[in-house]
Amino acid sequence: MAAVQGSIVDAKEEADIKSEPATDGFGNNHANEAGVLSASPGSSAAAGNNKPAAGAPEDQQTLLAVLQFLRKNKLSESAEILRREAGLPEEVLDPKGADSAGSGLGSGADIDGGDASALLSRVTVSAAGGAKAPTKAGEDQPDVNVVLSAYSQQGDPALYEVYYSGLKKFIESVLDCHRAELSQVFYPLFVHMYLELVYNNHEGEAKAFFEKFSGDQECYYEEDLRILSSLTKKEHMRGNETLLDFRTSKFVLRISRDSYQLLKRHLQERQNNQIWNIIQEHLYIDIFDGMPRSKSQIDAMSGSLAGEAKREANKAKVYYGLLKEPEIELPLDDEDEEAENEEGKPKKKKPKKDSTGSKSKKQDPNAPSQTRIPLPELKDSDKLDKIMYMKESTKRILVGADQLVAISFFFPSFSFFMSPLQGLTAVDVTDDSSLIAGGFADSTVRVWSVTPKKLRKVKTAADLNLIDKESDDVLERIMDDKTASESKCLYGHSGPVYGISFSPDRNYLLSCSEDATVRLWSLLTFTCLVGYKGHNYPVWDTQFSPYGYYFISGGHDRVARLWATDHHQPLRIFAGHLADVTCTRFHPNANYVATGSSDRTIRLWDVLTGNCVRIFTGHKGPIHALAFSPNGKFLASGATDGRVLLWDIGHGLMVGELKGHTECIYSLRFSRDGEILGSGSMDNTVRLWDAMKAFDDLETDDFTAATGHIHLQDNSQELLLGTYMTKSTPVVHLHFTRRNLLLAAGAYNP
Amino acid sequence: MAEERRQKQCSVSLPTESMKAMAESVGVGQLQEESCVALSEEVSYRIKEIAQDALKFMHHGKRRKLTTSDIDNALKLKNVEPLYGFQAQEFIPFRFASGGGRELHFYEEKEVDLSDIINTPLPRVPLDVSLKAHWLSIEGVQPSIPENPPPASKEQQKAESTEPLKVVKPGQEEKGAIQGKGQNAPAPDNKGKEKGLIRLKPRSTHELSVEQQLYYKEITEACVGSCEAKRAEALQSIATDPGLYQMLPRFSTFISEGVRVNVVQNNLALLIYLMRMVKALMDNPTLYLEKYLHELIPAVVTCIVSKQLCLRPDVDNHWALRDFAARLMAQSCKTFSTTTNNIQSRITKTLTKSLLDDKTQWTTRYGSIAGLAELGADVIKTLILPRLTVEGARIKAVMDGPVVSNIDRIGAEHVQSLLLKHCASVIAKIRPQPDNVEQYRTDFGYLGPMLCSHVMKARTQAALQAQQVNRTTLTITQPRSTLSVSQSGLSGSGGPRTPSIIKVPSSLTLMSPRPGTPSQPSPPATKYIVMGTSAGAASTQQVITLSSSQSASPVTSTVPSATSTLQPLVKLEPGSGSGLTASRPMQKYIVVSLPSSASSLETKSSVLPSSISSTQVDGGIKLERSDSPAASTQSPH
Repeated sequence: MAAVQGSIVDAKEEADIKSEPATDGFGNNHANEAGVLSASPGSSAAAGNNKPAAGAPEDQQTLLAVLQFLRKNKLSESAEILRREAGLPEEVLDPKGADSAGSGLGSGADIDGGDASALLSRVTVSAAGGAKAPTKAGEDQPDVNVVLSAYSQQGDPALYEVYYSGLKKFIESVLDCHRAELSQVFYPLFVHMYLELVYNNHEGEAKAFFEKFSGDQECYYEEDLRILSSLTKKEHMRGNETLLDFRTSKFVLRISRDSYQLLKRHLQERQNNQIWNIIQEHLYIDIFDGMPRSKSQIDAMSGSLAGEAKREANKAKVYYGLLKEPEIELPLDDEDEEAENEEGKPKKKKPKKDSTGSKSKKQDPNAPSQTRIPLPELKDSDKLDKIMYMKESTKRILVGADQLVAISFFFPSFSFFMSPLQGLTAVDVTDDSSLIAGGFADSTVRVWSVTPKKLRKVKTAADLNLIDKESDDVLERIMDDKTASESKCLYGHSGPVYGISFSPDRNYLLSCSEDATVRLWSLLTFTCLVGYKGHNYPVWDTQFSPYGYYFISGGHDRVARLWATDHHQPLRIFAGHLADVTCTRFHPNANYVATGSSDRTIRLWDVLTGNCVRIFTGHKGPIHALAFSPNGKFLASGATDGRVLLWDIGHGLMVGELKGHTECIYSLRFSRDGEILGSGSMDNTVRLWDAMKAFDDLETDDFTAATGHIHLQDNSQELLLGTYMTKSTPVVHLHFTRRNLLLAAGAYNP
Repeated sequence: MAEERRQKQCSVSLPTESMKAMAESVGVGQLQEESCVALSEEVSYRIKEIAQDALKFMHHGKRRKLTTSDIDNALKLKNVEPLYGFQAQEFIPFRFASGGGRELHFYEEKEVDLSDIINTPLPRVPLDVSLKAHWLSIEGVQPSIPENPPPASKEQQKAESTEPLKVVKPGQEEKGAIQGKGQNAPAPDNKGKEKGLIRLKPRSTHELSVEQQLYYKEITEACVGSCEAKRAEALQSIATDPGLYQMLPRFSTFISEGVRVNVVQNNLALLIYLMRMVKALMDNPTLYLEKYLHELIPAVVTCIVSKQLCLRPDVDNHWALRDFAARLMAQSCKTFSTTTNNIQSRITKTLTKSLLDDKTQWTTRYGSIAGLAELGADVIKTLILPRLTVEGARIKAVMDGPVVSNIDRIGAEHVQSLLLKHCASVIAKIRPQPDNVEQYRTDFGYLGPMLCSHVMKARTQAALQAQQVNRTTLTITQPRSTLSVSQSGLSGSGGPRTPSIIKVPSSLTLMSPRPGTPSQPSPPATKYIVMGTSAGAASTQQVITLSSSQSASPVTSTVPSATSTLQPLVKLEPGSGSGLTASRPMQKYIVVSLPSSASSLETKSSVLPSSISSTQVDGGIKLERSDSPAASTQSPH
């Protein structure tokens, strides 16, 4: 692959592997949290006073854990430096002072030091309930896990039910407008109360509590509840990933100020510290001014493993505009200095012109600068390809809102049938629709040529020496005709192949597999070039950047990694998801990466900084499909819940919901001009949606980006342009050809 | 609803007995109750954990079924050695056993004789992955090709015919693409929406496109033409193509008119072809035939009971046609009879009437008996057995009396053998053991002694079969439909060497019966034993594609029944005018299909060398002497 100007790798040596803390941006919220704390009733306020200047209790705990670790490993110097940096008082490192410092931390968090010397072991401070259970002793947890053990004995287990039902009664009795908002509290509260019971070995009570109240929870939490229900012993808590998520991350709720005051007053009146402590410790309440939200508004946004996204999380500026396309004259003498804005966003509705067509010199204000991410230089072959692309574009079937009726008649689509029993797990089609590749459960990758042109290998080195290198058709001569065949099989993986992606220049193929590797294959020699090892667990998805060279992969280890083809180690690790990263997509301008996860959120990451710039919540199941609109403004996502959600990247808002599929959606694709969204699902259907209308409706809508409260009208039926049943073929992949012909692929399951 | 969910989410754990059993199996004798409880909880939790991880793999594998490999992968995630050797495409059912106060669930693992596997001819190598492109939709319309789902599902066709006031024109509703094809049944709210409109019965939309007209012409020509290969292809197309419903009215008229004309002209061959078309139409799972029964059933009944079906009744084997049509009749009774149309009772009435009539000709008599007999053992018991004496007397009058005409004599012989064939098996079931010839004579008159010997033969046959089953080492549990020797291609899921232990004589093609109900999760494994006894010279492979093309048809096997599961076979005798026949040596194949419980046992034999019919009979013993059909086909000479 082409060399990269000013390689990103060197430039960012320092910023390398910048991962967001798993506990998603504590730093961002200190102010807010402090506010909550100071308003807290009872002794929590006192705890707040006690607190050293360092910040939120969790941060301190983390620091203390690190310090302890350092000390234990005889790195006292580092510990001292860290201590000073963090501004912790001296006595933190002093066993004797630990008590006082600890008492200030996290309202009664009982942290096991592990060893009896108990550098950090604290006497549990009775929060407000007064009666205090003794510290659990001899709990053999690794020291660093101290951070995680935040559940403490907080009172009589028998009272949990009383507390919960008291709150339930209260919330049921409040005004309708507040009820929906306050009901959000139920689920996290339920989870944490249950976990506390389990953690403190009240197995029977926990079971009773679960059985009594699990039926009240929203149906979209059912999956988590199932996991929770299997967890009945303290020993189970260790190593359970879902549980870890609950404990390490705060569940985010968005509640209006009025409703929040109501809740607070109630809890204060009742002296209900049990619940209050949980709310403080494990919940993050994002308070906003204004009208409380309605039930449907809340339902639209909730469903993720850790509640909604904080408003701050979606405030960062995203350069969603497209990069300027290099101007390519038909005679290829001109270099691409005077790049013209070919695909400027404002121009998107105009039909594609050929290269001499109208040009706008204006740079898209939303586009990132051309060199923000170093991109590989265009090769001659790439330019030829671009020209082909433009030529084809002129023949593109134009569709638009005014031709709405005609659309379904103008869109022929055909599907590939595989008749295997190996199990088709992934499909990709090249941009020019000349090749199709499939990944199979039997670890093979197969490539087919869709055009009459057969697949050929390059000749062997000995034969290559013989050819005339000066001849014009040298590229043709290096190919070995004897190897021509319609399909080639690539062997190398040792587990099912879950993701597959062609490079834009069609010379390479990426595949990722259960065997934790991503492999790069050459489509000239049909051999494996590199195996990228970094993920330790199955890799679920991988994709090439639209400009080649970079690629992204995401897997069971909950991180997405950005790689360059010529580096064996990742350039970036995007960490923050609370569960598997199930799908990964590059933004059309290659500056951003979107990842969908089993934690039912979508995150958008900045490739340059490695930061998470958007968190989208609203899906009720693991996300299995993502697609950026061609103009880069919107994102579509599909999940196991059978819904397609549309997102405005610039504003960080959900802008549409497309209901219709009955099973998991595995593929989404916008047409080349962004007018139509195709979705393919496990329910054996392809559906076409009027994306233009969906986005237009929104733009006329006067939504307030500030609050992020959306009113979604249920217009799925109007937006649905067509449903096409396949014959027992789950649709695994969709692809719009350059002329807007929709190709669908799937394995025929008789 | 909340109640249900809570139920579902209650934590379930393994019984402690299982723990004990497992402990014993690894040599830990005395496990305390408490440890058992602790263990079972722990194990249950871990199992659930693994199952949850395995689900992830299922989702990413883009499947609906969890497989053993998903579990393996989930174990690998936990850094646990996966369980090797549990690869199975199919569901592995637990067997249950109890005894001594303990209950056990276990896998049934059969001992397999290696030599049998080695001696088995290799099954075909499974096809490699292949890529096939086809049009899913062209300009918004889905072409009706086999690769696409049927354009109008059966329910839709039914709705169209039963609720004719509703404006649903299949094939045209794409214009309102929104209510698209996704919903199989037309949305119920349609009705509500159109309530306000003036309802007009839509003009029937039976115009065919040019392609469809061409197709129709080709198919009908092939079906009644002289080229047998083409005919097989055409029938195959009728039986499988999903987009035929628009042509159905034409086919139906074609058949009924064809039968009308050809009965008058006594053109046996054409009648046979037309009946085969009926069969193919009935085999097509996407067609809603109910609407055209008024045309099809009279045609079929005509072919059963018509006085004369061929030019030379003394030589031509019109009996086979009657048999075939009778089976068709029985099949359609089974499929289409409802309380409103009462097809079965109407047919029974008609047939009984002609049977009771003294003046009925032998041919019609044969047809009525055949038609009734195909309807099942109960019908035989109530309607035919009481008539045996009368019929016996009538046959006696022809056989022993003065020679009236050769035709009558042949007819009487046929009726006799038909009665013997059908009644023997029923009597064998309902009559207690000692078969006394005298007793039979008093009970059944002239036919008594012959019946007695037939019944006895039937009984010994049954006993013999049972013995053979016990003796044989050929029993192999075949999960579902792997009984495939030559199958059209998609087979071989379990690698190239699927052990299908079938001894196959040289010229035999065995079509695997489709599984009875494919959606059924775990049908009891069925054992198939195929025995072939081939006599004399090898048969020249004649053009009898007829049955081989039909035996793969889905309908007959999906309608499990006690009587008419045998594939309809048209037996053509040498010397008949159709030019389709050949004399051939006898070859017998017996296919025994017995449910795994081994409680019941069925045999059915057929006498066509080029085909074998796999019967799938549920329950009850249906036994037939293998040579009786042979006798019936031989007798006309």
